[in-house]
Amino acid sequence: MAEENKVKLHGMWASPYVQRVEIALKIKGIPYEYVEEDLVNKSQLLLQYNPVHKKVPVLIHNGKSICESLVILEYIDETWKNGPPLLPQDPYKRAKVRFWTSFVEKELLENVLLVVRSEGEAQEKAIKVVFEKLKLLEEGLKDLFQGETHHIDGENMGILDIFLCSLFGAHKAQEEVLGVKFIDPEKFPLLSSWVTAFTEVAVVKALQPPHEKLVVVYQFLRQKALQPSAAEVEVKEGVYVRSLSRSHLPDTLI
Amino acid sequence: MAEEEVKLFGTWVSPFSRRIEVALKLKGVQYEYIEEDLTNKSPALLNYNPVNKQIPVLVHNGKPVAESLVIMEYIDETWKHNPILPADPYERAMARFWAKYIDEKFCAAARKIVVAKGEEQKGEIDEIQQQMKNLEGELKEKKFFGGESLGFLDIAANIIIWLVVGQEALGMDQILNEEKLPVLHGWLHRLLDDAVFKECVPPKDRHLDLFKVKFGSSIASK
Repeated sequence: MAEENKVKLHGMWASPYVQRVEIALKIKGIPYEYVEEDLVNKSQLLLQYNPVHKKVPVLIHNGKSICESLVILEYIDETWKNGPPLLPQDPYKRAKVRFWTSFVEKELLENVLLVVRSEGEAQEKAIKVVFEKLKLLEEGLKDLFQGETHHIDGENMGILDIFLCSLFGAHKAQEEVLGVKFIDPEKFPLLSSWVTAFTEVAVVKALQPPHEKLVVVYQFLRQKALQPSAAEVEVKEGVYVRSLSRSHLPDTLI
Repeated sequence: MAEEEVKLFGTWVSPFSRRIEVALKLKGVQYEYIEEDLTNKSPALLNYNPVNKQIPVLVHNGKPVAESLVIMEYIDETWKHNPILPADPYERAMARFWAKYIDEKFCAAARKIVVAKGEEQKGEIDEIQQQMKNLEGELKEKKFFGGESLGFLDIAANIIIWLVVGQEALGMDQILNEEKLPVLHGWLHRLLDDAVFKECVPPKDRHLDLFKVKFGSSIASK
């Protein structure tokens, strides 16, 4: 393949943001080279490709770098038009998908992370907020799906499915570490069946780290936030998390 | 063709609301503007945006769209003439990246500046000046971020005016000064001079007064 057309993805195995991009690339059937980054010891290339945020994921295509997972997903959809679309055709439906994707990112993810990083009264408050947001999303799904059953497979996953998957694909690990059940079929039937559906998609299954590893990640995130000597933990993290490699994942070059 | 009904729920002072007005005017779309009192939100607004209950909300033939950047993309995809996003996917990605940067980083820093004091405020000013330096890297030699005419990022970046007015209202030194940020300084003047954009900027006195009322007390105690 010509060098200019090559696609590279700089990522980190535990990052849900990176997972979004990998799901999108696989759905579209785009071959790519994956570069695992050590976030404690970032590569020169990463700092060069993402000088503003210095974060993963970074997609490199035609020698140019694109950062921020949602921006990358839209870029992928607009550049590779042959694979399944990541957004609907109709402008109004696209607007609804983008609205809810933004909601998942800003309102849900941020508050779930707050629950992970807090305890006691602060955590109680954060949990309450997450349930309020989930209720709004459940209502939104009724409007979004318009009463139709939303079937998901490797051919029709879109950006909203991908974003929600990157957050709640790990819901069982979240439950175990936090002792809170967010994806409750009784409270949120549409959302729960949706989450179940996308965790069964082959592409997602292949990319999802095993439950035990996810539990470790969430435990670590929690420890890091709640322990005063965060700096020491970070150094340990670099060693600890690095040792939990991507060995559970199949070869990413399609 | 069926008659189109376009409504915009906004506030005169909100830079997010202003984004939509500029986009609609650039496209020559006729719309009805509804000024909202955010301390007493209308039933219509709460009905059209029950999730966030915020402005701006665009209602097109009865169908609501919320979130300013989402609305801008909707406008560009619905009224295809005078595009505000470039055609090339990479350039579109850059416009979206920097618009997101403004929403997440710039807004946060700007809000902190008007309420912070002393060393903390100085730190936030340094931070926002660095952010604006980063933006200059995207603008380079161009007249506007969109090239010869206003584009997605110019419209999104109008929030910089909020900071400029704010600093003046609070008697602060110029943050976006010509010496430190010549490229962006030039851009701002071209933006304020643009025929379409001009129509959407509130009268300066009114803007200054609001700032003094809202944030004046915090700086007076310095």
